[in-house]
Amino acid sequence: MAESSADVTGWNQITHDWSADKQTFEVPWGKAMMWIFLLSDTFIFSCFLTSYMTVRMSTVEAWPIPSEVFALTIAGAHIPLLLIAIMTFILISSSGTMAMAVNYGYRGDIKKVVWLMLATAAFGASFVGMQVFEWSKLIEEGVRPWGNPMGAAQFGSCFFMITGFHGLHVSAGVIYLLIVAKRVNSGFYMERYGNLEMVEIAGLYWHFVDLVWVFIFAFFYLW
Amino acid sequence: MAYVAIADRGQALHDPKTWIGKYVWSQDHKIIAIQYGGTAMVVGLVALVLSGLMRLQLGFPDTFSLIDPTAYYQFITMHGMIMVIYLLTALFLGGFGNYLIPLMLGARDMVFPFMNMLSYWVYLGSVIVLLASFFVPAGPTGAGWTLYPPQTILPGTPGHDWGIVLMLLSLALFIVAFTMGGLNYITTALQARTRGMTLMRMPLSVWGIVMATVLGLLAFPALLVSAIMMLFDKLLFTSFFMPALVSAGENLSYSGGSPVLFQHLFWFFGHPEVYIVALPAFGMVSDVLAVHARKNIFGYRMMVWAIVAIGALSFIVWAHHMYVSGMNPYFGFFFATTTLIIAIPTAIKVYNWVLTLWRGNIQLTVPMLFAIGFVFTFINGGLTGLFLGNVTIDLPLSDTYFVVAHFHMVMGVSPILVVFAAIYHWYPKMTGRMYDETLGQVHFWLTFLGTYAIYYPMHYLGFLGVPRRYFAMGNTEFMPDSAHLLNSGISIAALFVGVVQVIFIYNIIVSIWKGKPSGHNPWKAASLEWQTPDTPPHHGNWGPDLPEVHRWAYDYAVPGAKDDFVAQNVPYDGTPGTKVEA
Ligand code: HEM
Ligand SMILES: [Cu+2]
Repeated sequence: MAESSADVTGWNQITHDWSADKQTFEVPWGKAMMWIFLLSDTFIFSCFLTSYMTVRMSTVEAWPIPSEVFALTIAGAHIPLLLIAIMTFILISSSGTMAMAVNYGYRGDIKKVVWLMLATAAFGASFVGMQVFEWSKLIEEGVRPWGNPMGAAQFGSCFFMITGFHGLHVSAGVIYLLIVAKRVNSGFYMERYGNLEMVEIAGLYWHFVDLVWVFIFAFFYLW
Repeated sequence: MAYVAIADRGQALHDPKTWIGKYVWSQDHKIIAIQYGGTAMVVGLVALVLSGLMRLQLGFPDTFSLIDPTAYYQFITMHGMIMVIYLLTALFLGGFGNYLIPLMLGARDMVFPFMNMLSYWVYLGSVIVLLASFFVPAGPTGAGWTLYPPQTILPGTPGHDWGIVLMLLSLALFIVAFTMGGLNYITTALQARTRGMTLMRMPLSVWGIVMATVLGLLAFPALLVSAIMMLFDKLLFTSFFMPALVSAGENLSYSGGSPVLFQHLFWFFGHPEVYIVALPAFGMVSDVLAVHARKNIFGYRMMVWAIVAIGALSFIVWAHHMYVSGMNPYFGFFFATTTLIIAIPTAIKVYNWVLTLWRGNIQLTVPMLFAIGFVFTFINGGLTGLFLGNVTIDLPLSDTYFVVAHFHMVMGVSPILVVFAAIYHWYPKMTGRMYDETLGQVHFWLTFLGTYAIYYPMHYLGFLGVPRRYFAMGNTEFMPDSAHLLNSGISIAALFVGVVQVIFIYNIIVSIWKGKPSGHNPWKAASLEWQTPDTPPHHGNWGPDLPEVHRWAYDYAVPGAKDDFVAQNVPYDGTPGTKVEA
C-alpha cells in the first residue's frame, strides 16, 4: 500500500515487510516454503546430532578413534580421514557449481544452467558412491549398527543412522536436481513462470544438505 | 525483481470435472478439511470407546473377563495416542486449519493444493497403520502413550513385537503428513493474504492455528528422531535408549544407552504438542466469544503476542514432565521457573476472554455455551498445572490421578469443548444449514456437567495417592471404600458422557439434510469467511474478485454504525462508526 519495500532499508524494511498486506516476503511461495521446510529439517538434524553426543557421553565403553577408523592405507602409507576429506571437498565443490547454476538462471542462460546442475548432481552422486564405499569398508571391518570390534556399540549405530539419513538427503537431492534440470531444459519453467526461480529453490535445498554435512563432519569425524 | 502477490494476479484455478476429482482426490482446501476432520472424528470415536472400556474395568474390577491387564494397557496407550495426535492435532490443524486459513485470509486456496491433498492421504495411511496394530499378533503396543524405553520394546510389555513397530511407523507417517500440510498453512498465511489483510488484521483463529503449526514443524522432528532411534533399537538391536539389562533372568545384548535421552526427546516434542492442541483452541474460542458476545475481542494485540510468547516459551519447559526421572536440582529449578512464567501470557488470555464477555450482549447460542464452558474448564486445568509445575509438589502427585485429572481438564476436555464450539459455529458455513438448537443445548449441558463429574473427583483420588496406569487397585490401605465407590461413580459418568455424544453425531449428520437453511452469515459475524458469495463456498471461494479488507475482524456493536457489526471488507464511507480500525 505504502511505498514498495525496495524503497526502505534496514530495520524499517523488516517492519515494513511484516506489517504489509498480501505477503510478508517478496519471494515466490515455493521459496518461502523451502525456507520453512529447511528450518524444520534443521531441527531433525540437530536432534540427531544432540542424541549422538548424548549417547557418546552415556556409553560405558571407549569410543573408537575416528582418525584411525576412517583412515585409508595407500601404497603402504596410512592416511587418516583421506576419503572423508575428498568427500567433503566434492560436496563443497558441488555447492559452488550449484551457486553458479543459480546465477546463470537469473541471466536466463538455460544451457549453462542445465550443465551446471548436471555437474552438481554428478558431484552429489559421486559423494553417495564414496559413502557406499566407506560403508562397505566399515562393514567389512566388522562394524555393525549393534556393535563393532573397536569399542562402543553406539559408534556404529550413530554412524550408520546419521550418515545414512544424510545420504538419503543427498540422494533425494540428486533426483530433485535432475528433475529440475530436465524441466529447465524443456522450457517448462520459462513457459509456466517466466523465470528460473525453481533453480534457486533447489539450490537452497542443496546448500542446506552441504551445510549439514559440515556439521556431521566436524562432530563425527573430527571430534 | 518484485514478486507479484496473489491478490494482484489473474485467476488460474482448474475446476475438477468428475465427482471423484471433486470429492475424493480433491485439492480444494474445504473438502480436504472435511476429509481430515471426518477421519479424525472416526478414530476419535475409537479412542472414546477405549476410554469407556478402561472405565468399565476401573469402576467395576473383576467384572469383565474381556479386559485383562494386557488389553488394559493396550487400550490406555491407543486411547492416549489417538486422542492427542490422531484426533486433536489432525482435527485442529488438518481440519480447521485447512478450512479457515484460506477463507479467513481471503485466499482462493492453500498455496500448494496438490501437496495439501497428499497430506490428507498420508494422514489416512498413518491412521490405517495405527489401527492395523489391533489385528497383528499380540495386538497394539501397551507401553503407554509416552512409549518410554526400555520397557516399550522388552518382552513383558504388550505388543512389544509388532505393535510398537506399527506405532512408530504410523507416527513417522503422521509427521510426514503433518509437514506437508503445515508448510502449506504457514506459507499461505504469510504469503497469500488478500488486499488489505495485514498480519495484525488476521482473526485470532488464524494466529492460533499458524503458531501451532510452527510449533509442530519444530517439535515433531524430535518425535521423528526418537521414533527412528527406537525402531533401530527394536529392529537392529542398537543401544540408543537401552542400558545393559537383565530381562527374565537373561542378559540382553543391549549396553550403554540412555533411557533418559528418549524422555528428553519425547518431551521436547510432547510439551509443545500440548500447545499444538491448545493454541488453535485459544484462537478459535476468541473468535467465537467475540461474535456471540457482540463485542470486539479485548486486547487483540495482547492476545496475538500472548500466542507468540506461549509458543516460544513452550520449547523451554519440557523437563517439567521429568521431575521424577532424576535430574540435577538446578535444572528442576530452571524448568519450574520457565513453567510458571508461561502462566503469565496464558493468564493474559484468560483475563481477556473474561473481559470480552464483560458487559457484552451475550447470546447463549450453542457455540457460545461451549466457548464459555471452555473458559471455565481451562481455568480449572490451568490452576492444577501451577501446582504440578513446582518440583516439590509434583513429586508426590506425579503419576497419580491428580495428573490424569489435570491433563484431561487442560488438554482433553478444554480443546474438545472448543472443537464442539467451532463445529457448531462454522457448521452453517460448511453446510449452509443450521444444526438443531435444542439437541445442541442438551448436548452441551450433558457433556459439560458430565465431564466435571468424571474429572473433579479424580483430583481427590490423586491426593489419596491412587496411581495412574493401574489395571486394578485391589485392596489397599490408602483407599477407603468410599474411594472405590467414587471410582464406580466416575465410570458411570464417563460411560454416560460417551453415550451422549450420539446426540451430537445425530445432530450434525441429520442437519445436513433436515436443518433450516442458514443463509450466508447467520451469526452476523465480521470476519471474511462469512462474507463469501456462496454458502457453502464454491471452489475458489470468492467468485471472480477477491475481497478487499479494510478493517480488523472485530467490529461489533460499533457506536453509530447501522448494523451491529461491520464486516471486514466494508470500506470506510464517512458515516460515523465505520471508521477503519487498526
Ligand atoms: C470422556 C472422555 C475421556 C475419558 C473417560 C478418558 C479416560 C481415560 C482413562 C481412564 C485413562 C487412563 C488413566 C490411567 O489409568 O492412567 C486415560 C488416559 C489418557 N487420556 Fe483420556 N479420557 C477421555 C478423553 C481424553 C481426551 C479428549 C484426551 C486428549 C488429550 C485424552 C488423553 C489421554 C492421555 C494422553 C492419557 C494417558 C495415556 C497414558 O497413560 O499413556 N483423554 N483417559
Ligand atoms: Cu508440559
